[in-house]
Amino acid sequence: MEGYRHSVLLDKDKCTGCTTCLQHCPTEAIRIVDGKARIDSDRCIDCGECIRRCPHQAKKASAGSLENMQRFRYKIALPAPSLYAQFDNLDDIDYVLNGLKKIGFDEVFEVSKAAEFVSEYTRRYIRTEGIRLPVISSACPVVVRLINLLFPSLSESIIHLHPPVEVAARMAKKRAMEAHPELKEEEIGVCFISPCPGKVSYVSNYKELYDLHIDEVVPISDVYFLLINAMKREEAIESLSESGMIGVGWASSGGESTAILNEGYLAADGIDNVIRVLNQIEDGNIPPVNFIELNACPGGCVGGVMTVQNPFISKSRLQSLRRYLPVSMNRMPEGERYIPQEAFFNKIEEFAPERRLGSSMAESMRMMSDIQRLKNMLPGIDCGACGAPTCRAHAEDIVRAGGQEPDCPILKARMLSEGK
Amino acid sequence: MSEPLVFHYDVDGSDFTSAGQASVFVKRNLRQLGLDPEIIRRVSIAMYEGEINMVIHAEGGEADVIVTEDAVEIVLKDHGPGIADVEKAMQEGYSTATSSIQSLGFGAGMGLPNMKRYSDEMQIDTELGVGTTVRMKIRLT
Ligand SMILES: Nc1ncnc2c1ncn2[C@@H]1O[C@H](COP(=O)(O)OP(=O)(O)OP(=O)(O)O)[C@@H](O)[C@H]1O
Ligand code: SF4
Ligand code: SF4
Ligand SMILES: [Mg+2]
Repeated sequence: MEGYRHSVLLDKDKCTGCTTCLQHCPTEAIRIVDGKARIDSDRCIDCGECIRRCPHQAKKASAGSLENMQRFRYKIALPAPSLYAQFDNLDDIDYVLNGLKKIGFDEVFEVSKAAEFVSEYTRRYIRTEGIRLPVISSACPVVVRLINLLFPSLSESIIHLHPPVEVAARMAKKRAMEAHPELKEEEIGVCFISPCPGKVSYVSNYKELYDLHIDEVVPISDVYFLLINAMKREEAIESLSESGMIGVGWASSGGESTAILNEGYLAADGIDNVIRVLNQIEDGNIPPVNFIELNACPGGCVGGVMTVQNPFISKSRLQSLRRYLPVSMNRMPEGERYIPQEAFFNKIEEFAPERRLGSSMAESMRMMSDIQRLKNMLPGIDCGACGAPTCRAHAEDIVRAGGQEPDCPILKARMLSEGK
Repeated sequence: MSEPLVFHYDVDGSDFTSAGQASVFVKRNLRQLGLDPEIIRRVSIAMYEGEINMVIHAEGGEADVIVTEDAVEIVLKDHGPGIADVEKAMQEGYSTATSSIQSLGFGAGMGLPNMKRYSDEMQIDTELGVGTTVRMKIRLT
């Protein structure tokens, strides 16, 4: 896709060209060129895996900022449920929500509240007659982009429901306008407190395509310290939380699925596992389930790279936090039988399947046989010294660039030592 | 008309955990040829089932995928026990898989029927004690 704006970026000064990220990028989007990493914008899915792996902190996630929210008269925070898992000994979500108001927000709307509606929509959707099952959750934008890139045949299985964050943004704006008729719509700003760069890119690229109502995306790690100082135990606090176990559960892997209640489901987390599962779905090799939850991050959203806590600790904290919550605090109005039309999106992000090699099938076939020939010449150790993640990828790079000969330092060294 | 492209894979019968790998590689190559996603899905299911059969029933074998501009042909060749009654084996639900295989989720007797369903042509040559060759063709036009 042309001009995709990525949250995940390289800090050139810090990059040593060490090849660590090269080996771990799930879509082989990285090459080392002139001693520095370079990300192929068409292939990058903003999963943040390279941020996790880089030993020199040379990969970073860019996002919006709290200062940018100053442009709005009325500021609403949308905390992701994974935010609640960042704090030690938190026994009441209200401390976090009150903290958000103290650091400058006029109102708080929990994404977990919207998630409870999305869970109910999903349950109804699965039971609709004529739906091709299983459906794949649309909640993780990284997974959606991955499917469009590498698993285009599964693109239609993605459930066309907006993710909770967008449903929350819409509900929050509507509620604020009703409560404050003096405000104009454009004076109300909605700020998502996000665990991941994936959501940053989702908002900055698809605002128009999906008619998104989110105005700003700020990392959890940016508000964390502000919140720590603002959250005071002694003070009397307002009771603000409006979500239960189901909504809060969305923060970790399996939470979204358990909210589907009696339907058979499959939940996988961590980008490599997700890819494995998608391959199996394509091969028709999965148990008969109706719902598939895929989270790019290990442990689910609590494992996003913009969080501060280790995902396993977060998961355990969430468990104790959820223990005394009601199952759910949000349901569709009594008697309402249909999922509201505005919960759906019509078209999915632009179809961007892996680029075909040549301009025609015949040309692609010729190029593929060149790739095979080059690959067979290469040592097959996938060392990364040429700047590509694997020998196969190097062969492909050469052929795509119109070349005929490999440019492999290992081969050259061998030829030298053999005196050729 | 360009030369047919041939992808060759050795399917290791001793390592059960690697079963299904060849179909992942094939899928990737077909995508780069720009084939229709639905065709790729059919090839990968047919290939996957055949690959698993070779691992489960025949201690491995070889897979060749031959791509021309008109069709993708999959040839799966093994030196396993052969199939005694092909007609029976083709029936849905017929399986000789042991219970330990079944506990892994295989042995529903759906593999061969699926291979037939997802390919346009399928041919099985088999001889007891010698081996089995399955050929499947998926047309592109
Ligand atoms: N390559 C082969 N060599 C020997 N026997 C085979 C081979 N492929 C299939 N068979 C025989 O044919 C039967 C039916 O195969 P089929 O793939 O339909 O079912 P299955 O492998 O038993 O179960 P499933 O494919 O559902 O996991 C097998 O149980 C086996 O007896
Ligand atoms: S964010 Fe993910 S897809 Fe993008 S370059 Fe990093 S590892 Fe690759
Ligand atoms: S799993 Fe959650 S945190 Fe991670 S990329 Fe997907 S939506 Fe973002
Ligand atoms: Mg089988």
